[in-house]
Amino acid sequence: MTLRATVAELVREFRASGRIVIVGASLAGLRAAETLREEGFTGSLTVIGDEAYEPYDRPPLSKQVLKGWVPADHTKLPRMREVDADWRLGVAAVGLDRVTKQVSLADGEQVPYDRLLIATGTRARQWPNPAEAALHGVHTIRSRDDAEQLQKALAEPPSRVLVVGAGFIGSEVASVCRELDIPVTVVERGSAPLVGALGGVIGEIAAQMQRDHGVDLRCGLGVSSLEGDSEGHVRRARLSDGTTVDADVVVASLGSIRNVEWLEGSGLAAGFWGVGCDAGGRAFDINGVVTDSIYVAGDVARAPHVLYEYQFLAMEHWDNAVFGAEVAAHNMVNLEPHYRPHLLLPGFWSGQFGVNIKSVGVPPFGDEIVFTQGSVEERRFAAAYGHRGRIVAAVTFDHGKWLEYYGKLIEQSGSFPPPPPGWDQPPDMKPMPAEFPDPRVPTGIPDVVLTGHAPSERTAEFRPRRH
Amino acid sequence: MAEETPWQQALRYANRANPYPFYEELRKTPVARQPDGTYVVSTYREIVTLLHDPRVSSDPRKCPAPAATPAEGAADAEAEPITEAVISLEPNIITQDPPEHDRDRRTMMPHFVGPPRSPHLISDLEPEIHRIVAGLLDGMKGKNRIDAVDDFAYPLPVTVICKVLGVPLEDEPRFHHWIEAALDALDFGPEAASEEIRSRLAGGRRAVQDFGQFAADLLDRYADQPGPGMLSAMVNEDGTEGRMSKGVLASNALLLIFAGHETTVNLIAHSVLTLLRHREALEELRRRPELIVPAVEELLRFESSVQFWHTRSALEDIDIAGTTIPKGAPIFLAYGSANRDPERFTDPDRLDLERRHNEHLGFSQGIHFCFGAPLARLEVQIAVGEFVRRVQNPRLVEDPPPYRHNQIFRGPRHVLVDIDGIRD
Repeated sequence: MTLRATVAELVREFRASGRIVIVGASLAGLRAAETLREEGFTGSLTVIGDEAYEPYDRPPLSKQVLKGWVPADHTKLPRMREVDADWRLGVAAVGLDRVTKQVSLADGEQVPYDRLLIATGTRARQWPNPAEAALHGVHTIRSRDDAEQLQKALAEPPSRVLVVGAGFIGSEVASVCRELDIPVTVVERGSAPLVGALGGVIGEIAAQMQRDHGVDLRCGLGVSSLEGDSEGHVRRARLSDGTTVDADVVVASLGSIRNVEWLEGSGLAAGFWGVGCDAGGRAFDINGVVTDSIYVAGDVARAPHVLYEYQFLAMEHWDNAVFGAEVAAHNMVNLEPHYRPHLLLPGFWSGQFGVNIKSVGVPPFGDEIVFTQGSVEERRFAAAYGHRGRIVAAVTFDHGKWLEYYGKLIEQSGSFPPPPPGWDQPPDMKPMPAEFPDPRVPTGIPDVVLTGHAPSERTAEFRPRRH
Repeated sequence: MAEETPWQQALRYANRANPYPFYEELRKTPVARQPDGTYVVSTYREIVTLLHDPRVSSDPRKCPAPAATPAEGAADAEAEPITEAVISLEPNIITQDPPEHDRDRRTMMPHFVGPPRSPHLISDLEPEIHRIVAGLLDGMKGKNRIDAVDDFAYPLPVTVICKVLGVPLEDEPRFHHWIEAALDALDFGPEAASEEIRSRLAGGRRAVQDFGQFAADLLDRYADQPGPGMLSAMVNEDGTEGRMSKGVLASNALLLIFAGHETTVNLIAHSVLTLLRHREALEELRRRPELIVPAVEELLRFESSVQFWHTRSALEDIDIAGTTIPKGAPIFLAYGSANRDPERFTDPDRLDLERRHNEHLGFSQGIHFCFGAPLARLEVQIAVGEFVRRVQNPRLVEDPPPYRHNQIFRGPRHVLVDIDGIRD
């Protein structure tokens, strides 16, 4: 038997009777499971999820669910096909042993695998002070349960909601509050809402939009502490400028934390920024060497992107979860050279204050911005982001149908500023600084150190930070 | 006489039943300049690119050369093309560019499908559509031969669009005649210069004007006394951006009546025709009725109701596929060809009811994406699904069937089918 025939036989055998475990019963986990079956994998498939629910969709949670239009338990994701998996819901994965190829679960069970997909996603960053976080009325919003509880709280209705952090989730919550006619204060450390994602120029427009809708928006401030009443219900927040805000619901929208703790000791390149992997979803070990049997997809994955100077990007976008999972699943049951890369152009959308905001590309990669279509004043426009004379991203307000055009320009590494449109030109088409905050400084404490002297001994070691 | 281009050949009436071999030839030059200066775009990728390019206009007033000029030598006042009559109407959403297009479409959309006003309008029509389809099929009981166009494909969309818009069904024969007259006079091919077409032009122009007047009168009536349907709502309710002018409203009303009338008929007729030509697909659909949703998408790709569109033009020089479309040039986008482009669709001449990633251009793309798509989809899904389920042993009598004259709204005039009976 030739080597090639042997390899082909092994692949056939693996597809027929291999064991695949997916950790994360999420959008990415579900789509990966479906793709594996689609690709002809008939072996055993186990999907592990720490929540008790079948995979559900998150975008409606901060919008339709909060408004009370859709119950939180009506967000189950549609199935594209039968997956015939062993669903292990309501039990978290707590460890990974790559030598014995087993995932350990919180209930003590060990689940063996031949190939593993990590799709554990992210979780909401909790209010940092545990005592204050435990006050009634303090919410985060990430999961179905979170949304259900916050929706109930908003239905009361509260006398005032305080939203801490004006990223997309915080802004969407503020928008829902105004739609429900609930007074709302938004406190944002940055200079304006959405600044991290879209820069200061767009942030200023978003700020005005919030104020026009009656949001009490306070930028450049933090919340130093939350105060509760004798019954343990939050009543007041003290801001960094010494002022206070009376509120009986507080929504901490402080961003997300990647669920990588369970991978501690596994020897994978997992840390603060996610799990490093190649563009085909194959996880890197701690030395930066690609593994053969472990794959990553969704929010927790961090892969190099060809269009952005091969920088490692972690994208918390819906599309990224779907397409990343499809690519990883495909590669799990195929061999090189049939591997596929995950070369998605990042994109996301948000609905707030009656405006549909969409973006394509990586806006913070740009340092300049130019308005290309429509009218800023009427809050329906398109704008392009540039970096060294090429277009790297675009954002639209109520102009989403043009995203495809800008996406194509970005994919083709088109010039910046892009050619002017034939109609509906904005009055001012001069590029200006996009005003992104300084990129984060690298972490001060190394997570990883190098050990060994001889070339054959050189290796990396993970030194977890303790808070 | 110069040899005809593949595009001109595709437009000849003799090739109406099967323009696809000419499209195949045409696609060898994705952006092909025609003798009259029109640029015909026939490949999927290039069409999609132009549909999303903000340097492409949809407003015929911005195009210096009139679209659909009769062939060289035939141009005289007598032969003024029918499009001129259409242009003489006020603009509607299909002939407008942003920001006017966006504003008017945004004003109309909530009356049709948009929340918060009418999010359930389309889905609430489902029982009514089922009733109409059931009635049409019941009416075929006892017959051995039916015409899938006159007896089935035509009455459904007409009844539905009249209800949605609030157009009295008894006026239907009048505007049906106007639409036929206008379409029969609208020719984009070498035959535009023929005596026959030229003799139809005057009638076609008059039909467009009469139709416009009809729409304006109807709107006036609704302004006096509000009634059911979308047109009355558009006349009487202010949107966030106010009301459209009377002329623009009338022009859009005409567009909606026309578009709701014409394209769905051809889609249902072509769907029946196609399934009868592909017995294995018909049987598959009978066995697995849940396939109707992807099946209708495939039928939309396979025989696009709108074969091409003709009002676009370049507002700047546009470099595409190795060609520069010069500023001011008319651009025809050949959807019917793009939907059979092997670069985009594997084995495009094969009917595959479960085709994946079937992003056909049957409803176009971009800001002019078909306004009526959700309604058309529902109508065709129900009509074709029920036809397949209830009609016993349908056989095509004549293949190809006779076609209507118009090239854009391509469809069979009749589809005769022999049947064994109608199931309950």
